Amino acid sequence: MIGVARDLPRTAGIEAQATTAGRQARARRRLVGRGLLYVAATLLALWVLVPLYLITITAFSPRDVVYGYPKEIIPSTLSTETIRFFINAEGVLASLWRSVLVALITLALSTIIGAPAGYAVARYAFRGREAFRLTILSTRAFPIVILSIPLAVTFINWGLYDSIWSVALMHTALAMPFTILITSSIFVGVPRDLEEAALTLGCTPAAAFLRVVMPLALPGLAAASIFTFVLSWNEVFAASILTLRERTLPALILSTLNDSLLPFRFAAAWFMLAPSLVFIFVIRRYLLGLWGRVAR
Amino acid sequence: MAEIHLQHITKSFDKKTRAVDEVDLTIADQEFMVLLGPSGCGKTTLMRMIAGLEYPDGGRVRIGGRDVTDLPPRKRDIAMVFQSYAVFPHLTVFENIAFGLRMKRVAKPEVTRRVAGAAELVQLSPYLDRYSAQLSGGQRQRVAVARAIVMEPAVLLMDEPLSNLDALLRLTFRAELKRLVAELKTTTIYVTHDQVEAMSLGDRVAVMREGRIVQVGTPMEVYDRPATQFVGSFIGSPPMNFLRGRIDGANGHASVNLGDQTFTVPASVSVGRTAGEVLIGIRAENIEAEAEPAPGAIAARTEVVEPLGSHLLLTAVVGDQRLKIQARTDFPARPDAPVWLRPEPDKLRWYDPTSGQEITAS
Repeated sequence: MIGVARDLPRTAGIEAQATTAGRQARARRRLVGRGLLYVAATLLALWVLVPLYLITITAFSPRDVVYGYPKEIIPSTLSTETIRFFINAEGVLASLWRSVLVALITLALSTIIGAPAGYAVARYAFRGREAFRLTILSTRAFPIVILSIPLAVTFINWGLYDSIWSVALMHTALAMPFTILITSSIFVGVPRDLEEAALTLGCTPAAAFLRVVMPLALPGLAAASIFTFVLSWNEVFAASILTLRERTLPALILSTLNDSLLPFRFAAAWFMLAPSLVFIFVIRRYLLGLWGRVAR
Repeated sequence: MAEIHLQHITKSFDKKTRAVDEVDLTIADQEFMVLLGPSGCGKTTLMRMIAGLEYPDGGRVRIGGRDVTDLPPRKRDIAMVFQSYAVFPHLTVFENIAFGLRMKRVAKPEVTRRVAGAAELVQLSPYLDRYSAQLSGGQRQRVAVARAIVMEPAVLLMDEPLSNLDALLRLTFRAELKRLVAELKTTTIYVTHDQVEAMSLGDRVAVMREGRIVQVGTPMEVYDRPATQFVGSFIGSPPMNFLRGRIDGANGHASVNLGDQTFTVPASVSVGRTAGEVLIGIRAENIEAEAEPAPGAIAARTEVVEPLGSHLLLTAVVGDQRLKIQARTDFPARPDAPVWLRPEPDKLRWYDPTSGQEITAS
């Protein structure tokens, strides 16, 4: 910019320098703004990462270090002793496996049922659409406590009680409103023209959905699936009421927490963390990969 | 090989207004038909019903003699270019153009050959590996056109394909499009609100207003003999002049009272009416401006002079009415100077002041 100003004739040069100064001030302000943004982002990241870090190092510390004080920020000794103890504890591996299954079933069910509903809400102006939207949300107005007990009775009658299916169905019901609302906003974001273009190019409505709408909605659906997976993974109340022996990991941990030692609790916390982090990291590639390309 | 036959097509989106109202239109095989009208006149809705994206409330659509009213778009043998281009962002240019062929399960070598051919036609060959986000607006428009023509459809539908381009590109593409469609010999329907586009591209133009077709004709017919006052003022820049007058045919031939002057209509012109109020339609280029009083000329006052390079555009006042006149650049025009106007008699058009319909001599 300064180079340009120098090339201009004298009279115009002064004016140009003035605007250059203005431009520099604006650039400085932008720099400050960006700096603040980075500070905020760093604080936010620390807020999430510090507890994760502390839980992880404690879970991998030998027992005497867990009880020791003051804590070391960088652990000098690592051991898998606590973790091994936790894994070998009664029922842990089985309930871990159940938790994964429940979360995946919930994800599958809520996507299979919720995404088409979201699509319908997004695309078709059917009678009672607004009422439908409100009803979806109002299901969340019932506390889980009120829902769980009649459900427990119903599941006992159906012979579903104390199985992963009862928990998965409950979690699907909990996740559904969000799945529908999130997916509908994703489908609204896919231009109608693209779908119609596919229809004129030989697609049936179903083919247009699968070949055009779905690929474009994928990043959003991935985000919705993270949400659903984590919701199911963390949910403890319904899981505790609807199961007795076939517990999911959070339900098992909750029921044994009071009787356990501190290292055991940290190991449990780490086990709650790890799979959802892995899931998020896997899905994350879809998020960034596709958004980068689709963005105009 | 497809003639399009629209019969009593009607469509409403709400109870009060009809977006398309009882439209009848026949488009000949290989014809380039332009649907022209202001926004909201129903032209896009009409095209969408031909495409099968919208279902008419009443009437039938026939393409190539086949009643396609109840068929989905994929069974109509049409291809459409959207105003937004609707280029699939998750596919490359190649895959975008190949999309329709793949849906038809065309053999792979043929897909490659036909896509290459279509890309060549619209000069997209170097960009086949790119994604939509990496293309300019003009290139996206070409993808949309290539994707449609590669299907070799019986009917090509284009919904304002040039309206999202900047003025210069629009001019280039208009000529290119005309050449392309002339080569393809496909029956084409083209929707636009731009009367210049309509005039330059169409074999025939159908002018629409409030859901109805007001006039169908070649561009020159529509320009030269507007069927209604609306068509005259919508087509042409500047729009056709309309002067209020009174016909008095008492002394054998017609004369028109314009304010306090009387203009005698030459005997060669038949007015179709011997008395009463009329609107006289005349285009700016069909009025000759004189600096000196001349016999039979209408006295007026110049109000505004706009030099437009190739000619001068004068705004003149006759009584309390304004009209535009196209004058040669050497015409000595000054604001507020008197001017004498001589309309070309055979270019005079007569309209009913209440209905706006042309009064034809019978």
